[in-house]
Amino acid sequence: MNDLLIKNVRLIDPANKIDQVSDIHIENGKISAIESAGSISSNENIQQLDASNLTAIPGIVDCCARLREPGLEHKATIRSETIAATQAGITTLCCPPDTDPVIDEPAVVELINQKAAKTGHSHIVTLGALTSGLNGLHLSEMYALQQAGCVGLSNARQPIESSLILKRAFAYAATFDIRVFIEPDEHSLSRGGCAHEGKIATRLGLKGIPVSAETIAIGRALELIAETGVSAHFGRISSAAGIEMIKRAKNEQLNITTDVSAHQLHLTEQDISSFNSTCHVIPPLRSQRDMEALQRAVADNTIDAICSDHQPHDIDAKQAPFASTEPGISALETMLPLCLRLSQNTSLDLPTVINKITRAPANILGLDAGTTAVGATADICIFDEAEDWQLSEDSIKSSGKNTPFPGWNFQGRVKHTIIDGRLLFSD
Amino acid sequence: MVNKATKPTDDLIGHDAWNIQLDKNGHLKHFLTTEGLGTDILTQILDTAESFADINEKSVKKVPLLRGKTIVNLFFEASTRTRTTFELAAKRLSADVLNINISTSATSKGETLLDTLQNIQAMHCDMFVVRHCDSGAAHYIANHVAPNISVINAGDGSHAHPTQAMLDMFTIRRKKGANFGNLRVAIVGDILHSRVARSQIHAFNNLNTGEVRVIAPKTLLPVDIENMGVNVFHDLNAGIKDADVVIMLRLQKERMQGALLPSEQEYFNLYGLTEEKLKAAKSDVIVMHPGPINRGVEIDSTVADGKHSVILDQVSYGIAVRMAVMTITLGREKQAGDNE
Repeated sequence: MNDLLIKNVRLIDPANKIDQVSDIHIENGKISAIESAGSISSNENIQQLDASNLTAIPGIVDCCARLREPGLEHKATIRSETIAATQAGITTLCCPPDTDPVIDEPAVVELINQKAAKTGHSHIVTLGALTSGLNGLHLSEMYALQQAGCVGLSNARQPIESSLILKRAFAYAATFDIRVFIEPDEHSLSRGGCAHEGKIATRLGLKGIPVSAETIAIGRALELIAETGVSAHFGRISSAAGIEMIKRAKNEQLNITTDVSAHQLHLTEQDISSFNSTCHVIPPLRSQRDMEALQRAVADNTIDAICSDHQPHDIDAKQAPFASTEPGISALETMLPLCLRLSQNTSLDLPTVINKITRAPANILGLDAGTTAVGATADICIFDEAEDWQLSEDSIKSSGKNTPFPGWNFQGRVKHTIIDGRLLFSD
Repeated sequence: MVNKATKPTDDLIGHDAWNIQLDKNGHLKHFLTTEGLGTDILTQILDTAESFADINEKSVKKVPLLRGKTIVNLFFEASTRTRTTFELAAKRLSADVLNINISTSATSKGETLLDTLQNIQAMHCDMFVVRHCDSGAAHYIANHVAPNISVINAGDGSHAHPTQAMLDMFTIRRKKGANFGNLRVAIVGDILHSRVARSQIHAFNNLNTGEVRVIAPKTLLPVDIENMGVNVFHDLNAGIKDADVVIMLRLQKERMQGALLPSEQEYFNLYGLTEEKLKAAKSDVIVMHPGPINRGVEIDSTVADGKHSVILDQVSYGIAVRMAVMTITLGREKQAGDNE
């Protein structure tokens, strides 16, 4: 009943080192066969999708997206955002724990899972809170959260001031082989800041966030990772200096991975020079030199994955002078376009970029996703590499219309999305 | 693959912060910052102010240039002096003036800045004079008002205070002549938090001033300040050496709390302007201060009240400069020179 035959599609599956025109056969929500185009005989009883001139990749895995539910349903809901994600080719979303209530007990995980299942679009996985209520003081019930399905633990952007508590949190997580997800931020240096501490913030009179807010937090975490042996992921790195530290630690065989948000690969501090609040993000957009270092780090694999860092907002959240607006970009729908753009504008080849939004994040989250291996869950994104289009605010499906990218021209657009073998979106 | 993905041109995704203050003919529509304004516009403001300076010294101090216009002073941050000079300027131009003081707590009760704005706009006014604690607030308001309304920035966060900068330029031009190229100017104090300093720096550079210096300890200087076209000094004596103009900035008492400075005493010893220290500057140096003064913190009373001080001139010229900015932004400057 769930059978589907995708024909004549250019399949790029970095996990299995495939890049060729193929037929993909899906049965009962799983991939049952992949053959070169034309070699799977068609059967009238099977739904067929002719994808000639289109490109298929494993469904995109986004390792950081805030869906605003529970707690901030006036900004967005699990339903609104999973539908938007599906249309953007994103088949798995990972939610950080800073919801309201915080994901610090199994009941919240269950609530999210139930809502996701009821909507029936993109899969959702969750990160549990590293400390109870993200208060930075008491350990959460990590084992219970793991049992409830959390794929990792994080304190999101909430501070853990005491290095002793951070060390014990890492050690306790390491006991159960739970990966910790760190958004490096030394709060005392970043508090109240809204822009990269540099020439633009100086000119605009905005309170800056220095690079040291990131590097000090990375440095402290790296020492404690080495001492406790916890496996750790650094998310949303924004600076060249931060990348250098991670590169060195990786060379020393520390068990760490890292990601960057797609917008950090395309925007710089220059983009806030008109007080453009859609470019108000935390960590802030940094210098041209930082952006170029991040692009190189994607190419040399210092950065393992690219995420959306999706943060949808209601209109009012951005209707204020720059510093008083809420940070974040509604980013699901520009995640693939910005990644394709990175490949188009730099020397980075397409399979490498695709790997950073499919298999690599799936590995980080410990998921059997991001692959089209026979037997794998049939989550697939099919896009037209050649289609030129321009983003307009009206076309955004997410409840959050807060993006700086309307008016940008992109090449490559999602045409079909398949989740659990079901064709859930066709353009 | 063809390199197809493009970023739109700047006018599609927004402008640099200063662009929105000009209309499509290059005329000053809003006055938000001195950044990006050419010598011609800055000189126009100074010349127009010159024509008003005399009016302020007459017994009947009123001209009918803005009769029938309504000007709203929208102050989200407390201010007596600035608001008063704006009010006087508007009244001397025969405009109707409405003063609205909105404490930030009122806006945090649910009404957004935009709501406030739209409500007042519905009363059919022609100009907003805005002061707000957030950098960029005046730009935000200028971007959201009806097209017939002009916005004048009376101070936004640490970003800009352009009318203060222009009254300083006016004072300097009166005392030192119109050729700024000959001048060495030193700005002393809390540059980090100062919207006045930022607006002065842009104005000085756009008027092609010989040299602009800033003098402060490193905790009171924003990073990459050199980028704005200034030379940086940490030593007061070296910084004011041979200066034609010394501008002292107010030091807020709360700066001691965030570990920016150890004490008022140490600050005064190092950066406080005394008659003795002022000897390093040129013998005809003028000393300025945007007010209000902290005597004995950034400036000694003997200097503030001394022969080099032009601090009270600044205050009285403030009215003429604000009259000029109001007339120009409302498109009435043509008549300004014709008045008796």
